[in-house]
Amino acid sequence: MTALLDVEGLTAGYGAAPVLHEVSLTVQPGQIVAVLGANGAGKSTLLRTLSGLLPAQQGRILFDGKDLSGIKVERMVHHGIAHVPEGRGVVTELTVDENLRLGGLWRKPQPPLEPIYELFPRLAERKSHLGHQLSGGERQMLALGRALVAQPRLLLLDEPSLGLAPKITAHIMALLRDLRDRTGLAVLLVEQNVRSALSIADEGVVLSLGRIVTRHDAATLVDDADLRHAYLGF
Amino acid sequence: MDRFLFLTFDGLSRGAVYAAFALALVLIWRATRIVNFAQGAMAVATAYVAYSVADATGSYWLGFIVALVAGLLLGAGVERVVMRFVDHSSPLNGVVVALGLVLIIQGVLGMIYGNEFRPATAPFSRDAFDIGGVALLSRYDLFVFAAVGAVVVLLTLLFTRTSTGLRMRAAAFAPDVSRLLGVPVGGMLTLGWALAAAVGSLAGMLVLPTELGLHPTAMDIVFISAFTAAVVGGLDSPIGSVLGGLMVGLLLSYISGYLGATVAPMAVLALLVVVLLSRPDGLFARSKARTA
Amino acid sequence: MTVVRDRVATRIASPPMHRRLSPLLVVVIGAAIVVALTYTLPPFRTYQLATVGAYLCVTAGLTVLTGLNGQLSLGHGALMATGAYTLALWQNKFNLLAVGIVVAILVTTAVGAVIGLAAARLRGPYLAGLTLAVAVVVPSIASTFDGTFNSDQGLSVILNPPPDTMTVEQWQAWVCWGGALLTVLALALLTRGRFGRDMRAVRDDETAARLAGISIARTQVTAFVVSAACAGLAGALFAVIAQSVSPGAFPLTLSLFLVMAIVIGGLGRLTGALIGALLLVALPAVAHEIGEAAGSQRLEGNLALTFFGVVLVVVMLAAPGGLASLRIPLKKKGQR
Ligand SMILES: Nc1ncnc2c1ncn2[C@@H]1O[C@H](COP(=O)(O)OP(=O)(O)OP(=O)(O)O)[C@@H](O)[C@H]1O
Ligand SMILES: [Mg+2]
Repeated sequence: MTALLDVEGLTAGYGAAPVLHEVSLTVQPGQIVAVLGANGAGKSTLLRTLSGLLPAQQGRILFDGKDLSGIKVERMVHHGIAHVPEGRGVVTELTVDENLRLGGLWRKPQPPLEPIYELFPRLAERKSHLGHQLSGGERQMLALGRALVAQPRLLLLDEPSLGLAPKITAHIMALLRDLRDRTGLAVLLVEQNVRSALSIADEGVVLSLGRIVTRHDAATLVDDADLRHAYLGF
Repeated sequence: MDRFLFLTFDGLSRGAVYAAFALALVLIWRATRIVNFAQGAMAVATAYVAYSVADATGSYWLGFIVALVAGLLLGAGVERVVMRFVDHSSPLNGVVVALGLVLIIQGVLGMIYGNEFRPATAPFSRDAFDIGGVALLSRYDLFVFAAVGAVVVLLTLLFTRTSTGLRMRAAAFAPDVSRLLGVPVGGMLTLGWALAAAVGSLAGMLVLPTELGLHPTAMDIVFISAFTAAVVGGLDSPIGSVLGGLMVGLLLSYISGYLGATVAPMAVLALLVVVLLSRPDGLFARSKARTA
Repeated sequence: MTVVRDRVATRIASPPMHRRLSPLLVVVIGAAIVVALTYTLPPFRTYQLATVGAYLCVTAGLTVLTGLNGQLSLGHGALMATGAYTLALWQNKFNLLAVGIVVAILVTTAVGAVIGLAAARLRGPYLAGLTLAVAVVVPSIASTFDGTFNSDQGLSVILNPPPDTMTVEQWQAWVCWGGALLTVLALALLTRGRFGRDMRAVRDDETAARLAGISIARTQVTAFVVSAACAGLAGALFAVIAQSVSPGAFPLTLSLFLVMAIVIGGLGRLTGALIGALLLVALPAVAHEIGEAAGSQRLEGNLALTFFGVVLVVVMLAAPGGLASLRIPLKKKGQR
């Protein structure tokens, strides 16, 4: 099976000194890969580089066998990559409905929003509310729903559990697994909440100071006490 | 009483123009956090082109259309060639670059057309006709209301009803997120500048026949009035800018009418100072949802 | 973050003015050069020299305001007009030039204090818009109170003839450069001390400055008042040189020229103010000659206008970081 996402020797950062050092990883179609690591490890930087917000300084990003270098950020959705940034990026001045529509605007004809509203009934009730009137959980649902409107093949998800109650986190995780099972969506999931992430992930990658220090099956990472102590600190 | 009514309508007519011009400022401010201090000069430039065309062809309306098209092109050009490369770390950078553009535009206009006032003819009579025995409105005033009204309606439809409008709003509020969602943010900025400049050109075409005529600096004081209108309404609020424009127009009309035209500029300055010091977010600001 | 802090710290610590040369020495040398020039240059050049001196007063004040304090004023042309008209009115009544210049400075300082009080509460485009409005509106006051200011024609300025030993141009150059060198000396001393440090701290990080116990408003108002006083002096000197004042001499473009001069000269440095003042005289002179050569009156003033605009835009776009990078002392630029 050829990997959906194949990253090799990726080096990237903000100024002259790189934040990421020669990161390599793969995501298979329908696979959920959790990216774990301490604050400042470079997890968000990795996602930003993958979606083109940051230029790669070295290395190669293949998506479905195609080299993504030189592709503009705004073209990434056309290739099937959706990035939900850290802090969710709901456009607070737009309504829920407008935010969702924004997710599918580039598609002709524009995809229907009903499936998303079915997935998140809470959003359907708040269609005409402005983004800044939503609760944190609702914003997360909106950001996730907006990314799904375009029916991407790879979802780059940055800390969806940030600031959410455990119950809502669990709900969102279950939803992700469900989506993967139904649609074959692949997910690169950045999380601080290690247990939640590993509960649905197939594989876990630990990033430390911009390098991948270990990668294992999610089950192994959870079960193996030594690994847990060494890399995840619990 | 008749005089008061006359001044009211006259003020609304002026105010409509300030409203359009302020709206153009607000469009760009919302999209780029730049107050386009060059907008007056840009509008004058397109008006010169328009009247050149009108003189050559004998058709005011052809010139009018040329003004709008030239506005679109000039706005897009300014964004693409200059404003896109302005460093945003300090808001002063955009201001200074825009002022540089003012110098360039006024200098080039002076070289081509000279620094004398040239006549700017109105397409309709500016003599007020009687309504119920009172002279209130001229045909030209009606034209101004219609033109500005059309602009406001069209812009409202564009921004609320079309997907391009949605893209433009999203690109203005959250550029990075919008790009991730496939919105060509750069293109939206260019479009925003083009539209704003065209609206500015329209305002210029409407106001110049009521002032002294064409001159490279003819819009300086109009810019100040429109900037005041935009600040009165809140730089972030399109509706506010329209209301602010009407308010400033009325104020200027009453002051010119009762105290003399030469007092009007000082009244604008006074209003600007008062609003900036008491309600810097504008009179109509609902919440402090956005800060620059 | 720490990197940023460090940079702020070094910038606050290092005085941007001449570190080795004492300001007094610079002024004495400057005075000697000016005197020597007035005895060697032909009359017209001496007149231009005087104009440079008058411009230097205002650009020096403005570069302190914008470069060190971070406030942009587009209204200094109007402040110059205030100084010029004050001097004209004073002279025509009392004909006592030395006192008149002081009065012109005082009146402009008072006006500057009013604007400065408002300006201290405003930021970015709001401040720019307000001062722009001042620049556009103030010349129109001459028409509002035409009984006093005589509308667009303006006023002529009564002056006693210069001492027999010197020409009018020499006398003008001495007066203007006397003012300019005193201004530079005062500003150099002022910005070296605590006040200069406060201004830079406010410019770089208002929150940090406030935490350090610096009063933001007082620092900003003081900076504005100081630069207004400089503009008042410059205006008075222009009235002396031209022997007349009129609104047309203080258009909006004058204010914009001043901004251009300090940006090109390098913000916050008094040598930059001198470069700017030189350009303000030299460029229009060159444009004038080109215009004459081409036989086109239209070209004259407008060529300079266009040229200033182009330079301003190019400098702003070429400098990474815009204004901020322009105010870092030259020797540091290479290291970035
Ligand atoms: N815009 C930026 N400019 C410069 N440096 C940045 C920027 N954003 C992040 N960094 C630096 O890059 C490093 C990695 O940041 P990143 O945001 O990728 O961490 P993270 O793993 O996502 O952390 P967290 O769990 O806190 O979100 C950090 O040292 C951070 O200081
Ligand atoms: Mg992160």
